[in-house]
Amino acid sequence: MAQSGITLIKGGRLIDPSQGIDGNCDLLVENGVVSGVAQNITPPEHGTVIDAAGMVVSPGFVDVHCHLREPGFEDKETIATGTLAAARGGFTTVCAMPNTNPAMDTAATLEYVLRKARDEATVRVLPIGSVTKRSAGAELAEMGELAEAGAIGFSDDGNPVFNANIMRQALAYSSAVGLPVINHCEEPSLFHGGSMNEGWVSNRLGLKGIPNASEDIMVGRDIELAALTGGRYHVAHLTTEGSLELVRRAKERGMMNVSAEVTPHHLTMTDVAALGRSADGSSINCMFAPLTPAAYDTTAKVNPPLRAKKDMNALVAGLRDGVIDFIATDHAPHNFTGKQCTFHEADFGISVFETALGQLMELVHSGALELPLLIEKLTASPARFLHRNDIGTLRQGAVADITIIDIDEEWVVDTAQFASKGKNTPLQGATLRGRVHATLVGGEVVHPW
Amino acid sequence: MPTTTRRRPVRQAPLSPANGARPATPRHILDLDDFTQEEIEVVLQNTEVMREVLQRDIKKVPTLRGKTIITLFYEASTRTRVSFEQAGKILSADVINVSGSGSSVEKGESLYNTALTLQAMNADIIVMRHPHSGAPHFLSRFLNSAVINAGDGTHAHPTQALLDLFTIRDHFGKVEGLKVVIVGDLLYSRVARSNLWGLTKMGADVTLCAPPTLIPSDFLGGIGNGIHDGTSGHPFAGVKVETNVESALTDADVVMTLRLQSERQEAGHLPTLREYSRMYGITPRRMQLAKPEALVMHPGPMNEGIEIDPEVAHGAQAVIEEQVTHGVAVRMALLYAAVTPRTV
Repeated sequence: MAQSGITLIKGGRLIDPSQGIDGNCDLLVENGVVSGVAQNITPPEHGTVIDAAGMVVSPGFVDVHCHLREPGFEDKETIATGTLAAARGGFTTVCAMPNTNPAMDTAATLEYVLRKARDEATVRVLPIGSVTKRSAGAELAEMGELAEAGAIGFSDDGNPVFNANIMRQALAYSSAVGLPVINHCEEPSLFHGGSMNEGWVSNRLGLKGIPNASEDIMVGRDIELAALTGGRYHVAHLTTEGSLELVRRAKERGMMNVSAEVTPHHLTMTDVAALGRSADGSSINCMFAPLTPAAYDTTAKVNPPLRAKKDMNALVAGLRDGVIDFIATDHAPHNFTGKQCTFHEADFGISVFETALGQLMELVHSGALELPLLIEKLTASPARFLHRNDIGTLRQGAVADITIIDIDEEWVVDTAQFASKGKNTPLQGATLRGRVHATLVGGEVVHPW
Repeated sequence: MPTTTRRRPVRQAPLSPANGARPATPRHILDLDDFTQEEIEVVLQNTEVMREVLQRDIKKVPTLRGKTIITLFYEASTRTRVSFEQAGKILSADVINVSGSGSSVEKGESLYNTALTLQAMNADIIVMRHPHSGAPHFLSRFLNSAVINAGDGTHAHPTQALLDLFTIRDHFGKVEGLKVVIVGDLLYSRVARSNLWGLTKMGADVTLCAPPTLIPSDFLGGIGNGIHDGTSGHPFAGVKVETNVESALTDADVVMTLRLQSERQEAGHLPTLREYSRMYGITPRRMQLAKPEALVMHPGPMNEGIEIDPEVAHGAQAVIEEQVTHGVAVRMALLYAAVTPRTV
């Protein structure tokens, strides 16, 4: 992907948390690599100049958790469409979950994904291998060979590793290759048949709820297993105040092998999204309000579910104080029929790539999060999790993966314009403030200026 | 039997044909949450008129002549489906019944495509029962036909709640101030959910009673106690929640029993049906705690000997068959409402 030639990105506010930089700086890229960060760099004679005045220049975003659906579910997304959507959202490295068909439980499937990515992807794709064969939870996958083939971690995401002994073995075995086990935390017997958060909204809608305890119990179990084995344990899409406290306590115990991520939607939305928006476009958050035909909004059906406001506020605080290590999208595209049905029948998941930044900027505009911290959680922190020092940074010599953002531009979400095949977002029609203007991968502009 | 029936004067006689085009925005009837007290009053008054029609020798009026009603039932039903069909036929509508079995649903056709197909046949009203909560809301999003909810999953059953209101008012002349106790599977009951809206809007004093495992977790420990988001000023704040059936029944004017599905035992909510019957069954002895003129209601179908003792079910206080008759009249009034622009 490396582009030969010279590019100067000029006049922007450069934010690179990996170096503690936040200020007006120019950025010089040569042959796909960052070659200099300084004020007032003179434009090169033979090269491109990108005028970034009024923009924020950031390292390209790194997403440790997404679903590209290929192979097996190409009607929902492909590596080509998914990575183009990622580029539009400012993501330059994405880690693909293995719940494909076949699952990425062998080196052969992993290599297929890597080859498709080399041929068709717009951004860097790093695959995640299955923890167990066919992600069925019964026997470990060949984790050693998966690691050799390029897996950056292991997960049966979509489902938890429900068997405690298998989880113990997975954490112990993977420690030999130093890669994390990423668990989708949900005690199956408490989850059973649920389709949204358990609370007043699920009661109002007559839908079976998924209690917070379903997540808390498994996070608690896994932390003890991580303590027992010393393996690297990562909580996928953490959503509850309770599991946040469990991770906090684990870190206070000095467990460096425990980490956690949170999604843009769990940071900014709650279970009331299932009530749909009222006719004037505002969200409904009062039990007095009669349900409208917009209720049972299947685009708000996601697993783990959007939680209560108390949880959402705790997640924002947890991200600020470092208990949650970074933001990951859990981009989960689905097709039309998967959402054009009753809430119970609908697929779980939200198409996130193209709205992630605009949604997260709500936290910055409201004062809940400082912009450099948000960017750190999208760049340096996930790169650290991946043990990579060449991405998520604009240090000299790093890969020139760059995202240029207008933090104040207002735009209306229109899924018809999505590059992703997944049009499934509760944000359709919403006005977001903050937009990715250009994305460079290896110095090449992949999302147009 | 109480005989204090105070009939309200009928202000409207909606029996002439509902001529003209379909209302531009169809009047979907999805639940009672969007009914005002006045709108409920109008339905109950029209139900009176419809009941009079039902008592005639020739049960036929031209009100819905030329209208097509399709009943679309994805779940088994006797009284609701038959009463909608009868209601439509008495009002001279053409009624077509579609059920899950024997239709393209068996071939795996999605609800979305089935509904579009029925609309393409120019149905004026689609009456739907579906095992999934919100299925009628989903249809109403894209159909021009009026959608009437005949029971959706564990969410709502508005026509049942209206016929229950009608039955109560028919006996007491009012609903306001009456102590209504709903006993049974509150967690999964669409009848209880719709009745909560109807009864509280009409000013009844409602008590819910069930074992703690069958009470929605946000109702446990009291409703509207402010511990949840957005629930200050909870519309059910006056509703009491009881786990002891004897205290719940004390001084009740109306006892509504709910059907207990045997699956609840299998899902671990109950030790045995026997124990449920011992702890929560409505028996003649327990009915002595209620007021002497108290009514016993049940939406059917009953599990006699489990949630209700046969002696109570067929005793002098039971109005269960009356509920069925009122069901036809209420559904006539609602079919009429569905093709009439909102007036209130």
